[in-house]
Amino acid sequence: MTALTKAGIGGLLARQGILVAFVVFMIVFAIANPRFIDIDNVSGVIRSSAILGVMALGVTFVVIGGNLDLSVGSMMSFSTIVVLDLHDTLGPTLAIPAMFALTLCLGAFIGFLVGYLRLNSLIVTLGMLSAIHGLTLMWSGGQNMDIADKWGTWFGFFGRGSIAGVPVPILMFALAAVVLSLVLSKTPFGRKVYAVGGNGTAATFSGVPRARVVFMTYIISAACVATAGLMQASRSLGSQNTVGQGMELEVLAAVILGGASLLGGSGTIFKTVIGVLILGFIQNGLLLIGLEFYVQYVVTWVIIILAVWLDVAAKRSRLWSPIA
Amino acid sequence: MTQPVLRLEGIVKTFPGVRALDGVDLEVRPGEVHALMGENGAGKSTLMKVLGGILQPNEGRIYIAEQPTVMTSPIEAKGKGVVFIHQELSLADELTVAENIFLGELPRKSFGRVDWARLYAETDAILSQLRVRFDARTRVGDLSIANQQMVEIARALTVDPRAVIFDEPTASLTDAEKSVLFDVIADLQKKGVGIIYISHRMEEIFRITDRISVLRDGSYRGTLVTKDTSEDEVTQLMIGRSLDLSRNASHHELGEVALEVRGLSCGHLYRDVSFNVRKGEVLGFYGLVGAGRTEIAETLFGLRTPDAGTIRIDGKEARITSPIDAIRQGIGLVPEDRKGQGLVLGMNCRDNMTLPQVDGLTSGPFVSDGAEIEIFDRYKDKLDIRTPSWRQTVGNLSGGNQQKIVIGKWLSMRPEVLIVDEPTRGIDVGSKSEIHNLIRDLAAQGYAVIVISSEMPEVLHVSDRIVAMYSGKVMREFTSEEVTEDSLIQAISGIVPDRAA
Repeated sequence: MTALTKAGIGGLLARQGILVAFVVFMIVFAIANPRFIDIDNVSGVIRSSAILGVMALGVTFVVIGGNLDLSVGSMMSFSTIVVLDLHDTLGPTLAIPAMFALTLCLGAFIGFLVGYLRLNSLIVTLGMLSAIHGLTLMWSGGQNMDIADKWGTWFGFFGRGSIAGVPVPILMFALAAVVLSLVLSKTPFGRKVYAVGGNGTAATFSGVPRARVVFMTYIISAACVATAGLMQASRSLGSQNTVGQGMELEVLAAVILGGASLLGGSGTIFKTVIGVLILGFIQNGLLLIGLEFYVQYVVTWVIIILAVWLDVAAKRSRLWSPIA
Repeated sequence: MTQPVLRLEGIVKTFPGVRALDGVDLEVRPGEVHALMGENGAGKSTLMKVLGGILQPNEGRIYIAEQPTVMTSPIEAKGKGVVFIHQELSLADELTVAENIFLGELPRKSFGRVDWARLYAETDAILSQLRVRFDARTRVGDLSIANQQMVEIARALTVDPRAVIFDEPTASLTDAEKSVLFDVIADLQKKGVGIIYISHRMEEIFRITDRISVLRDGSYRGTLVTKDTSEDEVTQLMIGRSLDLSRNASHHELGEVALEVRGLSCGHLYRDVSFNVRKGEVLGFYGLVGAGRTEIAETLFGLRTPDAGTIRIDGKEARITSPIDAIRQGIGLVPEDRKGQGLVLGMNCRDNMTLPQVDGLTSGPFVSDGAEIEIFDRYKDKLDIRTPSWRQTVGNLSGGNQQKIVIGKWLSMRPEVLIVDEPTRGIDVGSKSEIHNLIRDLAAQGYAVIVISSEMPEVLHVSDRIVAMYSGKVMREFTSEEVTEDSLIQAISGIVPDRAA
């Protein structure tokens, strides 16, 4: 009987461990500093997590498909710089689709290399991290990019606007999460992503076009990056070339924290959203208790290691238990 | 009476909610080959993990040479002379044979330098006992699987073993290689080493073992003396009933030719292969590993491109360049490597079964849960798949039920031709006969079925006709009336039959 109860709690922890940890963390910090759960603070955290969050949604597809995407940070810088530059030359209405098209080309290129040529995704996207950074600098000439007339454009809507009191970035993050969650969990394509990431050979033996599925995961990732770039550019209306630098690791941390396996084949959009929020609230909480901003970098790394360790430990304990 | 080298007494191992071992006894005498048998999930692996120090028992004791012993790690087990030879090889491909054998305990000279001369000399001494044809300096990755297994055995011989445990050692060996292995086992026997031999293969068990202990559902069912028992008795002890392996040709009318292959060739893999299968017929492909059978199946399924030849499905010439083409034209393949090629182990039963047709099971943009569950339930009943729910992760099912999921995957596509490669590899005896009956049933329902197998009793049992292959060529085709075991063995060994006889 005790054994069964233990298995029940253990099972809950293994399945929803991250969620439980999140709730415990929120309670502890809320007691330490009541401002932490103040509605303005919560809304602020979600809003500032939205850009990272949208990127993490796309990377979730890539990771479930069994690959990595380390290029999203510098790709986001690229999107931001490009859309800001085109804003003043083409006008916002054309700048946005043009920026999406260019970003999707980058995603297609990566998807081609990883999906069709079967190159290692770590190497490809690590290389693209650097290459895209180069493209961004070439585009901008190394200068910061600013919109000339910041007050005379509607472009700030995506980063600064709000609808019925809810900030637009939060709405976009929520909308993207709902749509992509449906794609991943309900469509035939989503099913194939899980199959390809879970066992690519078996997927091929079941007639799943593996290369095309991997290609599409990178397209989705790029579309999310473009959306994030739009939000970023719209919020700041001006930007440095390095605005997305380092975000690839935070994004990956959020995805893993949510419980997607780096080996592919598991994870959900909902879990990734939880991962994003945990990361956002932890960083916010650390600021509120008076730690310096720089501590975040160290803490993010510690969280990644903890999450991976929890994941691996849970798997190992499952491996040793018999198959019932 | 000599004292046993190894004795397990009343071993109990529980996991949350499950009693995996329920008071198991096992005794191995010096110079004895002791078979450990049981269906998959009967507790053999758990028992061996307890013996090897990987798992700690909740109750019971282990005696080595009648000394009570606590095993806390595999290294300790090895130190006490209990050595395991695993089914799955654990060798480093890039290292030499010698380095693999002495991995972690390389002989040293001063300043920690490796004493290569001594390493190679000691390795060659061990290899000569095994009568193998490679030397200490060979890179392990260059060896065949069988020879790699010999390296694994050589590793066991570096300590003076008291007891050696062989876990399904012949799974990937040819007959010639098997007999070398059996010689090695006989040598160990002469030295007074006790041997535990785990296998599903009855013929081997009866050829080399002295006693047989049987486990069922984690409990000890008894020990039989091999020469005083029969396959039937062992099977009954294992599954609680006996198994039918008689010949079994179709009694129903055969339909039209479903698949016709003419002059198919693919590089050095196979040449000029021709055969056909009719609806309602089971065509067996028999031959040694490497004879080209699996490669033909892969070609029919669009995974390989042939150099020459034609494939006709239902009389129409078919061009197949990818599995998607093959599936569209009515070919289903149950591959030989169930876990690697057949299933996405982390996915649930239903999703695995409907994977090839998931594009067609939609309402609007979304997969229709209802349509999927309907397919799953239909084939769950039809194939008698035992799982609590479609939500169950496939990796948690037994081998037999996993195989039924793969078969159901293709049946639900209503294929013209179903190819089943090694239908019962790694499947326990009880489920084997279920799979065999299932294949016969499919033929009776009018499916054209191709069965590829390396087990002669299986081919003889399920096939209406048998194609015998040797080294990429079709040697001969037999009907189930004319085939004999001798002529079949001759054909797959490349001996041209004497027509006059």
